[in-house]
Amino acid sequence: MCLAVPGQIVDIREDRGTRMATIDFDGIRKEICLAYLPDVDVGDYAIVHVGFAISKIDEASALETLAMFKELGVLDEELGASIDDDGDHDAIGEQVSP
Amino acid sequence: MKYLDEFNDPVVARQLFAEIERITTRPWAIMEVCGGQTHSIIRNGIDQLLPDDIHLIHGPGCPVCVTPVGMLDKALDIASQPGVIFCSFGDMLRVPGTSRDLFQVKSEGGDVRVVYSPLDAVKLAEDHPDREVVFFAIGFETTAPANAMAVHQARQRGLTNFSVLVSHVLVPPAIEAIVSSPTNRVDGFLAAGHVCSIMGTRQYGPLVEQHGVPIVVTGFEPLDVLEGIRRVVAQLEVGTAELENAYSRVVTEAGNVAAQQMVEDVFEVCDRQWRGIGEIPLSGWRLSPRYADFDAEARFHVATMDSPESSRCRSGEVLQGLIKPHECEAFGTECTPRRPLGATMVSGEGACAAYHQYRRLDVTADPVPVTLSGVGGG
Repeated sequence: MCLAVPGQIVDIREDRGTRMATIDFDGIRKEICLAYLPDVDVGDYAIVHVGFAISKIDEASALETLAMFKELGVLDEELGASIDDDGDHDAIGEQVSP
Repeated sequence: MKYLDEFNDPVVARQLFAEIERITTRPWAIMEVCGGQTHSIIRNGIDQLLPDDIHLIHGPGCPVCVTPVGMLDKALDIASQPGVIFCSFGDMLRVPGTSRDLFQVKSEGGDVRVVYSPLDAVKLAEDHPDREVVFFAIGFETTAPANAMAVHQARQRGLTNFSVLVSHVLVPPAIEAIVSSPTNRVDGFLAAGHVCSIMGTRQYGPLVEQHGVPIVVTGFEPLDVLEGIRRVVAQLEVGTAELENAYSRVVTEAGNVAAQQMVEDVFEVCDRQWRGIGEIPLSGWRLSPRYADFDAEARFHVATMDSPESSRCRSGEVLQGLIKPHECEAFGTECTPRRPLGATMVSGEGACAAYHQYRRLDVTADPVPVTLSGVGGG
């Protein structure tokens, strides 16, 4: 949970008064909250921490960091995979979105 | 210096290393506060490529690592109660409490779920009105605005089955405790960039003035870390102590005002236990009385639980920079990432886990290949 991961905003909408977005982390899409970074548009890159955009970032830096995270295999862990009893990582989407 | 070629900009990296080498005339100890920076340093072998006189001390900036055993035991107690859906960030699940961890509670039938965002826990509460949904709200200043928003939304939506177990920690009081300690050997600090992106840089000015220590707000890429180190050394060598911002592409003096306002509404400052370190005055956030009805400690009657720390784990000394991870007798034997004695071996951001992962069993070992950068949040 410590990491902040850059991604690209692909969709913005209002949900009961809160500005939300869909963000693409190198192919993994997540719903995130824009309450603390209202000044972004579709196509912009932002650094996201636990589902909240916290700052803008330029495309080159974002892509470079994403590529490195991917190479390390930390993206799945950070973006909502859990560690099972064997210490392996597995997706938990069905658990958090019943 | 062959590993330099693997930095994302080897030319700049080489220049920075050369400049640090050129200006360093005597030994200096520099603490990187954030676990994300520790990871970047160890993974890239930065500490081994620096001049021998520059000693990097790994600080307490990993929220998973410093969450006290007592708070873990409260989480384990609540998660075991029938009807509860206990939600946590994934890296808390293997952190040992006094006698077990959240994984064990899960394997014994407890409904423990990993969430990516605290808002996922709010959604679970909406979707399961017949269940009690509890979120384990840990983290530094970077994470607090997200956790505060979850509580705020739960109230907005009239949810009565949502509560939070809060164990937030704050960076400036930890720096204060470290520089005030009689055993302190830190000459200068790299402050955590993303914490400052939320809180701004103002809180660090008084620390610099009162204690005469340089503090440089620093990012997480290897080159960011090198630039932070260069600026701290430059100050130390000429005998100045100033607050500098080496991460201005993300951090402003004022920080993120909307996030600060949400945190001020939902939380209030409190004394906080740090695992392995002890109590640090005014070093945490707890729920404000305005949100007392979302307090899981009161709802599940665990507020008075207390737990002693393991005596075999020396993570407190690691977190204060008094020993390196491999200097602990239990490192790699009794204590491994699979069977951790303490939290610094659990979290990927923990100094012990970082040393274990990169086989840094001996400070004189060959440097590990430089491959990567990280963007830390804590």
